[in-house]
Amino acid sequence: MNEDNLSPAEQIMFHGLQMIPHSGELGIEPVHAARGMAICKLPYQEHLVGDPETGVLHGGVVTTLIDTVCGFAGISAPEVPSRIATLDLRIDYLRPAKPGRDLFARAEVYKLTRQIAFLKAEAYEDDPHDLVASATATFMFTGKRPAAESS
Amino acid sequence: MTSTGSTADLIRSAKQARDLGQFVDAIPYARFLGITVAPEGDQLLATLAYRDSNIGNPQLPALHGGVVGAFLETTAILQLLWQQESILVPKTITITVDYLRSAGPVDTLAKATVTKLGSRVANVHASAWQDNPEKPVAAINANFLVTPAED
Repeated sequence: MNEDNLSPAEQIMFHGLQMIPHSGELGIEPVHAARGMAICKLPYQEHLVGDPETGVLHGGVVTTLIDTVCGFAGISAPEVPSRIATLDLRIDYLRPAKPGRDLFARAEVYKLTRQIAFLKAEAYEDDPHDLVASATATFMFTGKRPAAESS
Repeated sequence: MTSTGSTADLIRSAKQARDLGQFVDAIPYARFLGITVAPEGDQLLATLAYRDSNIGNPQLPALHGGVVGAFLETTAILQLLWQQESILVPKTITITVDYLRSAGPVDTLAKATVTKLGSRVANVHASAWQDNPEKPVAAINANFLVTPAED
């Protein structure tokens, strides 16, 4: 991602990833963001493996990647970006991630209310139609929202 | 007798020794997060040691939601391995994480209860807390495939 000419949503994701210790620890990289949507990449790493025999990533890594992209999509969704807290996250594990391959996750807000963002998210290696996991999440806005947006 | 160190062998010897810690240490991602486990009667008590690298919100500060979800998923899998006869690692089908309170920068504990152990699918509930088990920071409900597909 080119650091110049970032859109507001891209700025949120770019700076957010630098500020969140655990995202840096996992090596999560920004790919693309627009208002209410985000895509990130997680490079394959040996220490994120869940089954040492097969080299398949731990399910928890997929959870963290999806939670992260959902967060960026949620924060950028309202007219004035707001702080958020995850209420719930449901993940369907469709198949194991392929060992040695980078993982991508894409999240999109499909319904925005004054207090809640409803999201759908997917994780995949390189084909966005061949999913590793599919998820739905709800986030609550915890920051102060301008009165104009509450109508 | 085997010296291959395969996952199944590890689990077999860990179960025989009544110490799943041996198995947890073999999961790269569990080690990376700082997860340890100790038997407490029929249940396991899992601990997620506090680490700066597990922070998701540096302002609060709070642990990353994905880390807490991964910790609970791992606790549920370990509890299943502890209870079931099989030495096969259960495969996560779905997991729903409820985020109840922000998880502060201290050690987190978790216990899991197997609500149903069927021949093919197991349902597990797990909750995580910090200073008071009555005030969980997060809880999961998850379904696992406990037998391999016969193919």
